[in-house]
Amino acid sequence: MMSSLIKKLGGGFVLAMYSMLANADYALNLQKPESAIADQIFNLHTITMWIIVGIAVVVYGAMFYSILKHRKSVGHKAANFHHNTMVEIVWTTIPFIILIAMAYPATKTILAMRDTSASVMTIKVTGYQWKWEYDYPQEGFKFMSVLSTPRDQIENKAAKGENYLLEVDNPMVAPVGKKIRLLFAANDVIHSWWLPAFGIKQDAIPGFIKDSWFTADKVGTYRGQCAELCGKDHGFMPIVVEVKEQADYDKWVVEQKAKAAASKDTGKDYSLAELSQMGEKVYATNCAGCHQAKGEGMPPVFPALAGSKVVNGPKEAQIHIVMNGKPGTAMPAFGNQLSDTDIAAVITFTRNAWGNKAGDVIQASEIKASRK
Amino acid sequence: MEHGHDHHPSGIMRWVKTTNHKDIGTLYLLFSLVMFFFAGILAMCIRLELFQPGLQFFQPGTFNQLTTMHGLIMVFGAIMPAFVGFANWQVPLMIGAPDMALPRLNNWSFWLLPVAATLLVASFFVPGGAIAGGWTLYPPLYMQQGISGDMTIFAIHILGMSSILGSINIITTIMNMRAPGMTYMKMPLFVWTWFITAYLLIAVMPVLAGAVTMMLTDRHFDTHFFNAAGGGDPVMFQHIFWFFGHPEVYIMILPAFGIISTIIPTFARKPLFGYSSMVYATASIAILSLLVWAHHMFTVGMPTAAQLFFMYATMLIAVPTGVKVFNWIATMWQGSMTFETPMLFAIGFVALFTLGGFTGIVLAIVPVDIALQDSYYVVAHFHYVLVSGSLFAIFAGAYYWLPKWTGHMYNETLGKWHFWLSMVGFNVAFFPQHFLGLAGMPRRIPDYALQFADFNMISSLGAFLFGATQLLFVIVVIKCIRGGAKAGNKPWEGADTLEWTVPSPAPYHTFATPPTVK
Repeated sequence: MMSSLIKKLGGGFVLAMYSMLANADYALNLQKPESAIADQIFNLHTITMWIIVGIAVVVYGAMFYSILKHRKSVGHKAANFHHNTMVEIVWTTIPFIILIAMAYPATKTILAMRDTSASVMTIKVTGYQWKWEYDYPQEGFKFMSVLSTPRDQIENKAAKGENYLLEVDNPMVAPVGKKIRLLFAANDVIHSWWLPAFGIKQDAIPGFIKDSWFTADKVGTYRGQCAELCGKDHGFMPIVVEVKEQADYDKWVVEQKAKAAASKDTGKDYSLAELSQMGEKVYATNCAGCHQAKGEGMPPVFPALAGSKVVNGPKEAQIHIVMNGKPGTAMPAFGNQLSDTDIAAVITFTRNAWGNKAGDVIQASEIKASRK
Repeated sequence: MEHGHDHHPSGIMRWVKTTNHKDIGTLYLLFSLVMFFFAGILAMCIRLELFQPGLQFFQPGTFNQLTTMHGLIMVFGAIMPAFVGFANWQVPLMIGAPDMALPRLNNWSFWLLPVAATLLVASFFVPGGAIAGGWTLYPPLYMQQGISGDMTIFAIHILGMSSILGSINIITTIMNMRAPGMTYMKMPLFVWTWFITAYLLIAVMPVLAGAVTMMLTDRHFDTHFFNAAGGGDPVMFQHIFWFFGHPEVYIMILPAFGIISTIIPTFARKPLFGYSSMVYATASIAILSLLVWAHHMFTVGMPTAAQLFFMYATMLIAVPTGVKVFNWIATMWQGSMTFETPMLFAIGFVALFTLGGFTGIVLAIVPVDIALQDSYYVVAHFHYVLVSGSLFAIFAGAYYWLPKWTGHMYNETLGKWHFWLSMVGFNVAFFPQHFLGLAGMPRRIPDYALQFADFNMISSLGAFLFGATQLLFVIVVIKCIRGGAKAGNKPWEGADTLEWTVPSPAPYHTFATPPTVK
């Protein structure tokens, strides 16, 4: 136990010391701003810091001067003054004036941040436990964005990649130089969409729509994370935004539309093997976070699916839970997240994996029927 | 002056049945010390997991339990009871009263605490584990908690009752039992700060009790106060919670101001500068603290006018807080200072609390707050005001009054080691967290991206040093209780409050005949 602890800590320590030597550019400040608002935030922070440094020099200067000079050990005799109205008025008034000077530019930035008018397009961002959905209502498609860092890296079984925990399967994509309005909502609990480079942090609150906006300065990939504790995998729902030239963006939109059309439910019936194969992928993305890779769950919070009464019982009950979720728990309603085929596939998969022997096949048509 | 003799039952029943303010003060302080170490161990686990990227020791669900319970227990189990312990010991002694005004109520206020603590600690062992949605208890996430969610709500009810009863007692004592001649504007500043704190507690604890009760009925009776699907609003909980939560911050710092304002004049051998402005500043801070709650919620998307109002009100608090810092420095100025352990912790307090105040101003600026909200910058900020603020003041006060409580001087060498190691460990642990927050590391995550690795490792090393150093404090206290150089009535040359007119250790009953204050 102890030796493994030392190995774990010691190895990491040596590695970190080495990386500190090798990699001298520490981040000591806000991330590089890539939008007009982020720029203003950066400048506000800089101004505030310099004012504070100025005050600190005076305050700490007086304090440490006094500590050095006005001590008994150097024979300083105590004076006996205990108030001075003039001085007290001065040091109440001066901070007041400094604060007003700081409040003025801050107010201007707030007003700019809140002005979502005259945007050219809207993207609706919805937080789920623990992924983001990006909806392009004007284009008519939406998709889920899920952490793509392999589990092995998180569990220290594989070397960590460059964008460890800051990479997703489907990033949000936006055109450069256009004012884009973002709408925020959440499906289950409160999340917060934080993209430092654009100076945006907006809580996504179930039942309410909030808004924000950005205009990206240049093409690139920008990364952020959920900022509001939203349960177990709060640390594992990153945000990635790819900013493209308008032409590339248009091309991307066409691709997405084609993809959306292709994945529309065809009403086709699949075999057990086909469904299980599709379902395994759906399971890995949407279910394994709680119910775990081998269906063992994390009882009692996240029940096991292997050997579960529901999964091995009548299929109607399982369809109901998957479609509508389970109130009061983290089990979401997948009915409005996944396609009929995906739901049919994942239910079929769970009913025939890890020793579960329901043996039946659920087709998309049954899911469709259950939506009525 | 007459002091009664030591008539009290012995053994465990002395402590269970006691109505003596000194016994109850001791109970509060010991309780707080135990909870401090419990919540401290949780913090060590957090820093252990964050020592390097990847998951090593705790699964994310468990990690969230650690952060949540660390916060909840430190606030309600360690810091608040410690200050009530000081109030119990010192308020009667400093105003020349024989005891608290309501001694039986006092006993009850204390003995509620172990019940609440048992509920909180036991919640780790129920199905699903302790609550894991943050000490702020935000719904809808809180609705996903198991039985521990209900246990925590009841624990908060009990803690709230204890605080309200304790506050009533403190207010009643201060209003009615001051020695003849001690007008309000002659009360020691520690008494003043607790007087104001007690009013704040009575103003806001019922609000918290209301909020968690609404949550309880949401959980079990489908009331939907905080559920948008039923016509409620999850953000309403945040408003109610922070209407309690922000004054709570000042509940944990105003008594600290009082302790520091007592210690600095003693060791500067010079009267407190600007006594009356200190009193007014304390009152202003208390009133303003009721008007700034939504600065904890700048990212929820409230109306622009509300953002502006709460930004201006928050910035305004810097003025009376600044006045306090200036007054402390003016008290040191031209003094004849010595640097015993209480003074070291007091100076550490002024230096580092001021730093926490500076980052508070940064966070008050709404656009900057939006960049830093829920990041490690905030974690650094509130640890600077709560650890190097409240906790350092508690240590300062403990070293200052230990001779009066035990009759022995503590070990000065060990005390100084405790201070300097705490100072180094604390800053190594928390200063780098400012950089982590600026660079974009969210708080409350069990694993992080690789660019945050170096500062997290440094922070963990500092935290381990700080944590281990606190064992020194226990050693000093135990040694001091067991023996040591005899402390006279007044071991500190510059002290001038009434507790130093009675023998050390303070007899079981003091001021049976009230002293006269000129």
